[in-house]
Amino acid sequence: MSKMNMLQAINNALDTAMAEDERVLCFGEDVGVFGGVFRATSNLQQKYGKARCFNTPLVEQGIIGFANGLAAQGSVPVAEIQFADYIFPAFDQIVNESAKFRYRSGNLFNVGGLTIRAPYGGGIAGGLYHSQSPEAYFAHTPGLKIVVPRNPHQAKGLLLAAIHDPNPTLFFEPKRLYRASVGEVPDEDYRLPLGEAEVTKEGTDVTILGWGAQMEVIDQAVERAEKDGISCEVIDLRTILPWDVETVANSVFKTGRLVVTHEAPLTGGFAGEIAATIQERCFLYLESPIARVTGMDTPFPLVLEKEHLPNHLKVYEAIRASVEF
Amino acid sequence: MTTTKSKVVYSPVFTDGAEFRIPTFKLLKQDGKLYKSAKAPDLDKDKALRIYRAMVTTRILDERMLAAQRQGRLSFYMQCTGEEAAVIGSAAALDDGDMIMAQYREQGALAYRGFTIDEFMNQLFGNEMDYGKGRQMPVHYGSKKLNYMTISSPLATQIPQAAGYAYGQKLRGEGLCTITYFGEGAASEGDFHAALNMAAVHRVPVIFLCRNNGYAISTPAAEQFAADGVAPRAYGYKMDVIRVDGNDILAMYQATQEARKLAVEHNRPVLIEAMSYRLAAHSSSDDPSGYRSKDEEAVWREKDPILRMRLWLESKKWWSDDDEKQLQENMRREVLETMKRAQKRPPPPLESLVSDVYDEVPPALVEQFEKLKAHIGRHPDEYPKSAEHAKGGA
Repeated sequence: MSKMNMLQAINNALDTAMAEDERVLCFGEDVGVFGGVFRATSNLQQKYGKARCFNTPLVEQGIIGFANGLAAQGSVPVAEIQFADYIFPAFDQIVNESAKFRYRSGNLFNVGGLTIRAPYGGGIAGGLYHSQSPEAYFAHTPGLKIVVPRNPHQAKGLLLAAIHDPNPTLFFEPKRLYRASVGEVPDEDYRLPLGEAEVTKEGTDVTILGWGAQMEVIDQAVERAEKDGISCEVIDLRTILPWDVETVANSVFKTGRLVVTHEAPLTGGFAGEIAATIQERCFLYLESPIARVTGMDTPFPLVLEKEHLPNHLKVYEAIRASVEF
Repeated sequence: MTTTKSKVVYSPVFTDGAEFRIPTFKLLKQDGKLYKSAKAPDLDKDKALRIYRAMVTTRILDERMLAAQRQGRLSFYMQCTGEEAAVIGSAAALDDGDMIMAQYREQGALAYRGFTIDEFMNQLFGNEMDYGKGRQMPVHYGSKKLNYMTISSPLATQIPQAAGYAYGQKLRGEGLCTITYFGEGAASEGDFHAALNMAAVHRVPVIFLCRNNGYAISTPAAEQFAADGVAPRAYGYKMDVIRVDGNDILAMYQATQEARKLAVEHNRPVLIEAMSYRLAAHSSSDDPSGYRSKDEEAVWREKDPILRMRLWLESKKWWSDDDEKQLQENMRREVLETMKRAQKRPPPPLESLVSDVYDEVPPALVEQFEKLKAHIGRHPDEYPKSAEHAKGGA
């Protein structure tokens, strides 16, 4: 075990994967000698050479198209998009190509080796274009897996699982946690399951569900709610697609209440999908409406970022409202 | 039916374009004197001094605001240092009614058009007087009255937009054009290629100005493209192209003047590749020591475009040491005083969170906003920027 921040854990996961399998490649804008603008790929070029870790020209659609080709050929590309806000030029390659490669060829071909990493989320004074959480756009695309880690231990285990998973996987890294989140991380290879949520705290009155950096926000809100005598069950969804309905439904059978929170805007956000599915599964068990605490239906602001974000106070109020309904 | 008119050969002949060598246009040497066979463009004293003042203003603003970022007054900053001639020389060759669609490092063009220090500061601090209402990161300026489209962070998106904007100008018969700026890195984006092709096909009065400054954050031009710069791509789209010493104010001015004629009078889009160097870091978040040497930077420091222009102005007896001293002192004082004022101005009102998403705030967002105000009202101490506003009506 070593103490690492989330960036170090991600770097360590990439290092582990590249050491174990020479088919693993890391590339993207500035990921080569510089090691990426956040340094997630530090020293990988020095260690594994320019053929396996390299800078690409500045063209996201090219990066992912190139990665799709590599994956189809049998390589294991880990492509970096510098910010999730800049993933959209590659939307076509991801949505129409990565996601449909296997299906359209009758499984003659697939790009299952593909992993796309992208720093994601707000809270760093990044304004419109360095703050977005675009998971819901991709969650509407069967064929993709979408993973968001909440801390360094999760980041390494989930990233290694994503790299080895036989399906194209988007790995969104909450950049607010890159240096802020520190914890013990095993030095060896280990993989956490994709498609499985984790109950991080058990409770009986209300279930609070989130992912990524929002887990920290939930923990703060729950601390306050518990002082009011409310017993909270906390779930980290971890994988947005395909998502773990069972774990969430089982929790709501027990608590009868659900609060879902994410940074992305309310309308069309993934909380809506969760709420619809859970009310179908748990309708007769629900004691209160499923609550969504999210970013507002606006682009991501700068100066009024705090007002926009679903912070711990807003989550706390939603917990209280759910219990007092 | 074929659309090419090439001659036919009967053995496989490959060509690599090596016969196309694009020269670099220069007029002014670093000592401020013209090259032997060079002739200065038609540039009168008033305009020359307007250009020079804009260059110095940009340099001082950049130095001071990077320092302010280091002091924690600003979250972020980006400097134009080293590229002032490429940006301001080209902007000065335009009509002030021409549209500028820049990337994010072209504050010099705005300074030239007359954006005041106060206007710069209001955006940088995102206060209630910022035209962009505090929504974007620092340096994302825009000015309707100065025909300067608001900056968007995603790279290259403005390039095809410039082609469209200019096509509209052509249809309106305004005799105006659009210039769009971008780096050699952004020129790798698909948007760049789409833009050049559409502009050439539709004969659009647009000037594509590529600032080839050597680096896209850490990525050197040699890892960005295998070709001889960006300029040769124009051939593929049948477009006029010129490569210019981007640190040579006179060459940049004249090249853009001629490009504008091609664009406006002949509906010929033009690509200009300005060869320069990003002397500063990519942004305040970047540290170039991780990817390039001090020696390399020193070579380019010697090619300072502002000093080069100053020496030329002095040789024309249009500028003196006293003028320089006065400009430097006045500008530094103005920047400092204006910064202090702008920093004290309050943030934009809470309503700015939800306005402008659409022309009118839709009902669902009104509801979200009312909820937010009620929430802030319950926790005023947690929201110091907006607690006052939250008390007011919608």
